[in-house]
Amino acid sequence: MFKKIMALVAVGVLATACGSGGDTTAEGGAPATSGGGDSTITMGFAQVGAESGWRTANTKSVQESAKAAGIDLKFSDAQQKQENQIKAIRSYIQQKVDVIAFSPVVESGWDTVLQEAKAANIPVILTDRAVDSPDKTLYKTFLGSDFVEEGKKAGQWLVEQYASETGDVNIVELQGTTGSAPANDRKSGFAEVIGADPKFKVIASQSGDFTRAKGKEVMDAFLKANPDIDVLYAHNDDMGLGAIEAIEGAGKVPGKDIKIITVDAVKDGMQALADGKINYIVECSPLLGPQLMDLAKKVLAGETVPERVVTEETTFTQEQAKQALPSRQY
Amino acid sequence: MKRLAWPAGILAALLLVNLIFTDHFFQIEIKEGHLYGSLIDIFRFGAPLILVALGMTLVIATKGIDLSVGSVVAISGAMACLQISTLEAQDSIGGVLGAIGVALALSIALGIGNGFLVAVIGIQPIIATLILMVAGRGLAQLITDGQIITINSDPYKLIGGGYWLTLPFGIIIVAVVLALIAFVTRRLALGLLIESVGGNAEASRLSGIRSHGLLIVVYAFCALCAGIAGLMISSNVSSADGNNAGLWIELDAILAVVIGGTSLAGGRFSLGGTVLGALIIQTLTTTIYSIGVPPETTLLFKALVVTIVCLLQSPAFRAKVFRSRRKPAPPTVPAGEKVTVRT
Repeated sequence: MFKKIMALVAVGVLATACGSGGDTTAEGGAPATSGGGDSTITMGFAQVGAESGWRTANTKSVQESAKAAGIDLKFSDAQQKQENQIKAIRSYIQQKVDVIAFSPVVESGWDTVLQEAKAANIPVILTDRAVDSPDKTLYKTFLGSDFVEEGKKAGQWLVEQYASETGDVNIVELQGTTGSAPANDRKSGFAEVIGADPKFKVIASQSGDFTRAKGKEVMDAFLKANPDIDVLYAHNDDMGLGAIEAIEGAGKVPGKDIKIITVDAVKDGMQALADGKINYIVECSPLLGPQLMDLAKKVLAGETVPERVVTEETTFTQEQAKQALPSRQY
Repeated sequence: MKRLAWPAGILAALLLVNLIFTDHFFQIEIKEGHLYGSLIDIFRFGAPLILVALGMTLVIATKGIDLSVGSVVAISGAMACLQISTLEAQDSIGGVLGAIGVALALSIALGIGNGFLVAVIGIQPIIATLILMVAGRGLAQLITDGQIITINSDPYKLIGGGYWLTLPFGIIIVAVVLALIAFVTRRLALGLLIESVGGNAEASRLSGIRSHGLLIVVYAFCALCAGIAGLMISSNVSSADGNNAGLWIELDAILAVVIGGTSLAGGRFSLGGTVLGALIIQTLTTTIYSIGVPPETTLLFKALVVTIVCLLQSPAFRAKVFRSRRKPAPPTVPAGEKVTVRT
């Protein structure tokens, strides 16, 4: 018996060792040994982690476009921990890379390490998420989505759809993680657009933590407390997908009885859109690699770049989703 | 049974709040061939928490604690979904049962690992299980490759999202597990042995109880409960999310156990109390969604309710407040207060 237990434990320990092994900076990135001599640009990229399909698509985009642009990419995965990211940035400074790009895990606490980069004369580009540092000279530019704009796009579609409607339109909202920038901005952008017309009423709004499980749980409670729901606005696809299950469980037809608008356009969401269960998706594109490489080259060539660059994004209706789905990368 | 009066009263009070503030809260109807209503939701979404808390109750009764249940939830769900996603026919019952078997076997193995560290190596439970709590999330992400695995399997869907005889299937699983635990701990001697190990592990070993083996069994069982809960959670949304599945459920489970009247000092436990405790937490969550507490204040609202619950549970506090109302002395902090609330 004892030997059996020992064997099982050994397996368990090995398995956990694998799990935590990723804590060190992973060299999963494309080494891109283009060997272009002195002119090759070296970029250090500190990624947040691999917490979602969106993020992995983001990583892939950066790696592939670096290769295409002939940029030598040093890639690190911070496993959603700020200290890992700071460590990675410090090692990039020591390696004297030409340019550093990173998606900050959290908004604050970057001043020291960014000062170090500045002192070493290495330009920094922020991607996807911002930092709250008051000193704007610490980084060259911030490339990422405009979450307020995404909320506005969602609101505009709703206003157009219900332009001829005379009665009240009852809306429920599934917010992202309370206090996160995408949740705050997507909420305020949406509220700004629909606020112009009093017939649009947000009758319930709760946080679903950006997850399917919470999206379903909260939607189930909404359905019971509010018998007349016309529209669901979810801050990401995953919560919307969870809510679809709750709506189906209540004997209603998602996309018809309750119109659904979401943000992100990940593959599962696009599938639901093509199937008619979601009505409209505002894209939040992770494919910012080509724009990032472009910016890096401009910065190193000494050109001035705008301090805020918005990712090129679109929106999808059900018809557009059917066309876009086969070539969807994430 | 008198011990259960306070948690039961608190649950009743929460339901009363809903009776006043939420229309149709107590309405139960048949929709799509199954029961439908807020009360059913509380059981449906509370089922995984009840299971995890039941396993936790036994661990706490041995004067231990298991912080790794949340990670086991994630690992088990990820493992099952990964297996099913590789099946050619995702609706094949044999394939789904195989996937469930592998996931639960892995959960038990992880639990044995915990028990081994605690019983044989002698590491303090909070440290021993902390290892798996931290590393387990990494393991779950390794299994899912950092992605959300979406599956489309009707038999698997039944576990957490399906219905049987109009009842949510998860509730049936919970009832079976509860009956099983109640039988082996209250009808057989196991409960007594667990309590004696919790009271004094060394003394019970000297009096002939194999406390090492018993501890390993208890930790393995706790992990099995977490594994089943993981299947329910992933089945409910037909997908495995290594990052978020079961996040912080260990704290909810410990809170449920404490609200239920089981002492963190070990040596005695109450299964009924734990079920009530878990139901209180889930009712609180559903209440927040139903009456529309703003998300910014949700955590504060929960913290307030839990503080009141813990104060009411404390005999010292009750003695001071209810006997001499003129001198509301600062309340003594009961044991339950030390648990961080994140429900």
